[in-house]
Amino acid sequence: MLSFLVRRLITMVWTLLGISVLVFVIIQLPPGDYLTTYIAEIQASGERVAEEKIAFLREQYGLDLPMWQQYLVWVTGLLQGDLGFSFEYNQPVADVIGDRMFLTLVLNFFTVLFIYVVSFPIGVYAATHQYSAGDHTLSFIGFIGLATPNFLLALILLYLANVWFGTSIGGLMDPEYIDQPWSVGKALSVLEHMWIPVVVIGTSGTAGMIRRLRANLLDELQKQYVTTARAKGAPEGRVLRRYPLRMALNPFIADIGSLLPQIVSGSVIVSAVMSLPTTGPMLLSSLQSQDMYLAGSFLMFLAVLTVVGMLVSDILLAVLDPRIRLAGGGAR
Amino acid sequence: MSDKVSAKLDHYVSQETFDPEATMAAGSAPSEKYLKASQTQIIWWRFLRHRLAVVSLVVLGLCYFSVLISEVIAPYGLLTRSSSHVFAPPQRVHFIHEGRFIGPFVYPLNFELDLETLKREYTPDTSDPQPIRFFCFGEEYDFWGLFDGSFHLVCPPKNGTLFLLGTDKLGRDMFSRLIYGARISLTIGLIGVTLSYAIGIVVGGIAGYFGGIFDSIVQRITEVLRSIPELPLWMALSAALPVTWDPRLIYLGITVILALLDWPSIARAVRSKLFALREEDYVAAAEMMGAKPSRIIAKHLLPNFTSHLIASASLTIPSMILAETALSFLGLGLRPPITSWGVLLNEAQNIEAVALYPWLMAPMVPVMVIVLAFSFLGDGLRDAIDPHD
Repeated sequence: MLSFLVRRLITMVWTLLGISVLVFVIIQLPPGDYLTTYIAEIQASGERVAEEKIAFLREQYGLDLPMWQQYLVWVTGLLQGDLGFSFEYNQPVADVIGDRMFLTLVLNFFTVLFIYVVSFPIGVYAATHQYSAGDHTLSFIGFIGLATPNFLLALILLYLANVWFGTSIGGLMDPEYIDQPWSVGKALSVLEHMWIPVVVIGTSGTAGMIRRLRANLLDELQKQYVTTARAKGAPEGRVLRRYPLRMALNPFIADIGSLLPQIVSGSVIVSAVMSLPTTGPMLLSSLQSQDMYLAGSFLMFLAVLTVVGMLVSDILLAVLDPRIRLAGGGAR
Repeated sequence: MSDKVSAKLDHYVSQETFDPEATMAAGSAPSEKYLKASQTQIIWWRFLRHRLAVVSLVVLGLCYFSVLISEVIAPYGLLTRSSSHVFAPPQRVHFIHEGRFIGPFVYPLNFELDLETLKREYTPDTSDPQPIRFFCFGEEYDFWGLFDGSFHLVCPPKNGTLFLLGTDKLGRDMFSRLIYGARISLTIGLIGVTLSYAIGIVVGGIAGYFGGIFDSIVQRITEVLRSIPELPLWMALSAALPVTWDPRLIYLGITVILALLDWPSIARAVRSKLFALREEDYVAAAEMMGAKPSRIIAKHLLPNFTSHLIASASLTIPSMILAETALSFLGLGLRPPITSWGVLLNEAQNIEAVALYPWLMAPMVPVMVIVLAFSFLGDGLRDAIDPHD
């Protein structure tokens, strides 16, 4: 187990390094990015304070250094918790984002939870009642769920809420709690607002998960040990619980690897549409104004979120399945 | 599922004489036609059994055909403005006027500005039915930049308007824009998939055939690309496209970006297949005869799983269409005057506007239809190709 863990951690560090290089390249991509524009702007103003500020910025980002050293400056900054400087807000990134990252984390966590809680019973039902009316109905709804892009679903919900109730369902908390310190009331208010985006983001993931669980369970149920168990007279519920369900659960956890990037992607665009106080809308606005350091921090954060989530799922899988512990290599 | 044996059954014995050859014949008697059919033919027959997939294929075929003749189908041009009809609601097509059947017609819209709410109110003038014209000469267009024409399938009535899906904030016909938008939205998936498959097959082919250092490097890169959430990365890359670029260049740039993040999954699939196949005897034989690696990969190895690649392409295309729609919807993708469904939906981003003018959401429908059709088609193809069925 320990050697598996070490191997897995090394892979993760490699991946994160690769991601950080990619993100840095993206930060550097726009030719007229905010930093150069900003410096040009300060220079044009010709104030004396400006000279100091430019010097400070040059040092901060190592603008006079070759590219690979600039990268090192940026990465060491990241590791020390220095997320860079947002030129749009004229503040350090860490001050701009507030608890957006925390709320993103909470939102994604609840979405994963939602997908599991909903897809498990439905998937089991669909597999044990194959080709029944319920199975067909659920498959049909599932297909619609898979085909409806989540940002369109969010748009439809916003529209319906506006037309039917005349209210906006955007946001993640009641207005009086915005920018207030955390309290029980605020947490409850967040939970109250959370379910709509969770459902919107989770729908396609749930639909996909139900299909996979159904297929896996059907495969297992056709195996001979199930026939044996039935022949020996084991009650249907026990036959199901004893082995097939456990076997079918395995990919359930392994799939986090493909599920998590999908959820994080979904949460970004849904947050932008529903104007949730998460990283989504701010990532969007920072990209639109080419405030690349802010955007880079968000990108890095989302990637780290995904990679760490995958690590957790791989460890869980290794705990569940000895073959993975022993065989080495990743889960998929 | 097994039926539970509840009542005790009698022991059943068939009275007929047992004829071993008859059961053999009944069990597996492939017709001569089936035996002589090529692999493609068999796959096609099996595909035809999948009713939903066939319907999807027809729908997609029609949609892609419409892309060729958008100018003829759309009653208005892409940029034609009707300044007197800003945010006009969809005009309903009627058949019966005052109890008399007079064929498809529309009522003209009377415009009034509510001075208190400043809301634009349109009321149909039910006294003046205007018949819709078919196979007619209407607005002039430049057909694919080849020649000028003015022939349309449907034209607005003489001195009237025909806004089947309403108009947008500049008074442009939504239906016509939707038809033109299909041209961009549908092709971006095809071009993106072609690019991504070209990269994926070459990279995956080299990695799988030769293995070694190149393979490990490719493995690392695909791992990195697969563990970043796609959409934020797409957003970042398309935001990095210079603002000064020509919209057509942006179109190209977006397809390249879509392909750049998609090839790893194809490279992975190709690589793992080649890993197993390169040990086959016929590969060794080809090598002995002096075939170059590129020839072995292309002529001997790839045909083994072309059908699988095609099936997975039909599932990749809709995800690319969706990605483009999402990017343009957020305002980071294509830019006007290039018009895709996502660009059209961009106007629906403002929820207040949508509440007043719900027809702005119309481009959602074709997006969902196309995505559904492609996923049914992909399922059907996959089932047809799978020999274990």
